[in-house]
Amino acid sequence: MGDTTRSLRWRTIDIVVAAVLGVAIGVVFWAWSLLWGVFGTAFDFFKPAGGLGVGIWMLGAVLGGLIVRKPGAALFVEVIAALVEALIGNQWGLTSVLEGFVEALGAELIFAVFAYRVFKLPVAMLAGAAAAVFATVWEWFTYYPSWAWGWKFAYTGFGAVSGAVLAGLLGWALVRAMAGTGVLDRFGAGRERARTV
Amino acid sequence: MTTLAVRGFSWRHAGRSAWAVRDVDLHVEPGERVLLLGASGAGKSTLLAGIAGLLPTDTGESAGEILLDGRPPGGTHRPGILFQDPETQLVMARSGDDVAFGLECRGVPPAAIWPRVDETLRTVGFGYPRDRATDALSGGEKQRLALAGVLAPDPELLLLDEPTANLDPAGAELVRAAIAGALADRRRSMILVEHRVAEALPLVDRVVVLAAGGGIAVDGPPAKVFAEHGETLAAQGVWVPGSGPAGTHPSRTAGPTLLRAERLGYTHRDRSTPALSDVDLSVPAGQVLAVLGHNGSGKSTLALLLGGLLAPGTGRVVAEPALTDRSTASRPIAGTDRAAASARGGRSAARPPHRWRAAALAGRIGSVFQNPEHQFVAARVRDELALGPRRLHRPAAEIAATVDELLDRLRLSRLADANPYSLSGGEQRRLSVATALSAAPRLLVLDEPTFGQDLRTWRETVALLGELADDGRGLAVVTHDTDLVDALADRTVTLAGGRLTAPAEVA
Amino acid sequence: MRIAPAAAPPDAPVSRLNPLAKLGAALAVSLAVLASIDPVTPTVALVGVLVALPFGGLRYRRLLRRGWPVLVGAVLVGCANMLFAADQGGTSYLHLGPLQLSSVSLAGGGALGLRVLAIALPGVVAFATIDPTDLADCLVQQLRVPARFAIGALAAYRLLPLLADEWELLGLARRARGIDAGANPLARFRLFAATLFALLVGAVRRGGRLATAMDARGFDAGTPRTFARRHPFTGADRLVLALGVLLAAVALAVSIGTGTFVPLVG
Ligand SMILES: Nc1ncnc2c1ncn2[C@@H]1O[C@H](COP(=O)(O)OP(=O)(O)OP(=O)(O)O)[C@@H](O)[C@H]1O
Ligand SMILES: Nc1ncnc2c1ncn2[C@@H]1O[C@H](COP(=O)(O)OP(=O)(O)OP(=O)(O)O)[C@@H](O)[C@H]1O
Ligand SMILES: [Mg+2]
Ligand SMILES: [Mg+2]
Repeated sequence: MGDTTRSLRWRTIDIVVAAVLGVAIGVVFWAWSLLWGVFGTAFDFFKPAGGLGVGIWMLGAVLGGLIVRKPGAALFVEVIAALVEALIGNQWGLTSVLEGFVEALGAELIFAVFAYRVFKLPVAMLAGAAAAVFATVWEWFTYYPSWAWGWKFAYTGFGAVSGAVLAGLLGWALVRAMAGTGVLDRFGAGRERARTV
Repeated sequence: MTTLAVRGFSWRHAGRSAWAVRDVDLHVEPGERVLLLGASGAGKSTLLAGIAGLLPTDTGESAGEILLDGRPPGGTHRPGILFQDPETQLVMARSGDDVAFGLECRGVPPAAIWPRVDETLRTVGFGYPRDRATDALSGGEKQRLALAGVLAPDPELLLLDEPTANLDPAGAELVRAAIAGALADRRRSMILVEHRVAEALPLVDRVVVLAAGGGIAVDGPPAKVFAEHGETLAAQGVWVPGSGPAGTHPSRTAGPTLLRAERLGYTHRDRSTPALSDVDLSVPAGQVLAVLGHNGSGKSTLALLLGGLLAPGTGRVVAEPALTDRSTASRPIAGTDRAAASARGGRSAARPPHRWRAAALAGRIGSVFQNPEHQFVAARVRDELALGPRRLHRPAAEIAATVDELLDRLRLSRLADANPYSLSGGEQRRLSVATALSAAPRLLVLDEPTFGQDLRTWRETVALLGELADDGRGLAVVTHDTDLVDALADRTVTLAGGRLTAPAEVA
Repeated sequence: MRIAPAAAPPDAPVSRLNPLAKLGAALAVSLAVLASIDPVTPTVALVGVLVALPFGGLRYRRLLRRGWPVLVGAVLVGCANMLFAADQGGTSYLHLGPLQLSSVSLAGGGALGLRVLAIALPGVVAFATIDPTDLADCLVQQLRVPARFAIGALAAYRLLPLLADEWELLGLARRARGIDAGANPLARFRLFAATLFALLVGAVRRGGRLATAMDARGFDAGTPRTFARRHPFTGADRLVLALGVLLAAVALAVSIGTGTFVPLVG
């Protein structure tokens, strides 16, 4: 088999599958935005802990990076997802697209540090956490400028844990499960799987 | 003017030990029209994909070469190809945009695009405006649109993979006429894959048959090929003209009624007109009811309603005691699935099928969807077949026996461990029929059970369905296949615009 | 193509505008409001946006039907800012563990809720009137986004309504095969998760085939694409963009002029 994973050029299948992932994740974002809009109220007793819910929004970046394994994949999937969320109609409009861009930079940074060669669980969790740090810092400015620094850092801390688990761990597990079904055979993530009938 | 040269081409899909295509040599000169034949699973679709340059090196292993005018296919240096399943080839959200897509990729000037789009849509008989949403089309309408998309850039070599499999006879005739028109000036060459030889013959002047073990079995003008090799070919599953299925007329007497539809109607989400209205019919035990009708006439919708899968919009579906009574169940249910047991008999049996628990439903009514892939839920062919009986808590030995028998009868044993999604079109169809049979329900609702079959697998499928009816089961079969109706149906009904055109008649 | 209803009929003036003009105008307003944390800037911006909407053919009622979550979001953000504000000066109303509420934080939180509303609303309105096909076309034609990515994403977006159908079909298929969850909530959740996973896998599989279909039509060719659908940036588009920038400037000017302006940083 050719070592196409290392090529930096995006094949059509990379683009389309990444975009399809983005669309699917965008629907998840949309549902999560509305759900969190309601259930997040519970966290008004201690809003900074609401950072525990942000991880799901990092899922696109982590999945994109882990599956497509090319520079810009995390960014592409996450931005498409945010766009789809806004097109379907969420409460944040353009702001969430900008936030999607910012948080994907966090994940992209981690994948780049590992030179787009390592896609094991710790890297996935780091990417999820980094994305969440970027996202929560962005929210200091957009949503919670009045907070004391302690609360801001607490929010980011909770966010990082959430990103590591809900995006990193969950994303990694999802990719493994998907590889098992054979749909990722044309991607690096599914390459290791070999079964002949 | 495109010349195709295939030299010693072989292809093995990643994850398979058998070659899908082996040692094929084929030359097609400009203007030639080739009918490519071969048993289901012989590698026809794979070969066409290879010629279209659509077998990426990371999806399998290849040998030999394929050259179009001396160059391997790729980019816009490609023949036009129409796949077996229209669902997988529409790209854009609006019909007109989809036809324009191929022209845009080739850099056709914008001013020339729309006239060309309109012209092509007219050629294929597409009856909607350009901005019609592509996902609001029936299977047959989608196929016609996809053909338009392929024809629009005016390719010099046309590859058609069972282009009329999903069309009603009138629609198929329209598409064949469109194809004939596109070939009229002899400038364009074509390779057509089609199991139903008789209908395809007027379009071709050469027949090539892929041999089962590799290579080409026969190659030549149709008359000569069928005169000299007719019998061997028929034995291999080729629908040789004249050797087709004899129109046997079954004489089965109707048993008790299993299921009745009363003034049944249904309107799909976001639709203004109902897909089905005021349908009255009944399905008796021991007989085969064929449901005919044009594309988009509501057959599949009716099938889903009869199968207890959709809730009727108006009217109702009534399950008769012959279907629900424990005593008349075709096989006793082993184990103690309380849900299934409690849904049987008593008050719950009076409930309409769409309210039954799933296990009870699968044990009584088996459904085969129009698109086989829509009904796969497991990762291996074998697990797919074992699923139904397992949900009904049948004994393990019985399950294994059922699975093996079905695999054998439908020629899938070789593929028992393969992923259902990696099967060929015909193999997928047989698997989806087998999954509905494996739970041994009293009533079967089958949507196009024979499309994409070669003569041999067609006969085997028809024989299997006939046995089920003889065994006292009721069958409702949605189909465009007139041979199937002749060979199997006891009664036929025809839908037009969602209504029955005439009361059920005896075939 | 949509799950939520579009906020304007397709022939309304706002629906005919270039998507980038709408997004650009919305971005200008959002950024101006983002740069400040006083109550005046968002108020001016909101008034400006709400006054402008009917001229675009938008009805408040229809907009509310699609855009109500934006109100919920703003209220929640406002509350969070009240309860955890650093500055809890003035009269104290509440002190319960970390939760505090005072006259200053109440007013500050209210202002920040308003601010979030003013940041989000222009974008929500813009997206509510944008057709995805137009957006992809314009991204390529005006912003020079690589066509392969924009068109690839658009083709993927076509799968969205199909995903809704697929979700239904997956449920039907499982039911036909004897799989359902009954009343047990745990079984229900597992079935839900399994169906969701199947949907994701199915979407990726479709993506792979879609890529093949696109290549079959010449998508991977190096030849430059042409565009059947032209989306010029018209005078009306320039006007809308200019009005957006103007509104942003006016909002900031009023706030600075009245001496209420508080910058976000510094
Ligand atoms: N993507 C795939 N991965 C693995 N095996 C495949 C794949 N596609 C096809 N095959 C296998 O390759 C063989 C040839 O398949 P192909 O689709 O070319 O057959 P076909 O002649 O077109 O059959 P049919 O008439 O049923 O459509 C079959 O055994 C099939 O199971
Ligand atoms: N999921 C759906 N959503 C909206 N409309 C639909 C849906 N499925 C079918 N329709 C519409 O309902 C009508 C009947 O469709 P149906 O699939 O039952 O036709 P059919 O007779 O099976 O056609 P074919 O022979 O092409 O399979 C068509 O006009 C079709 O466009
Ligand atoms: Mg085939
Ligand atoms: Mg149908």
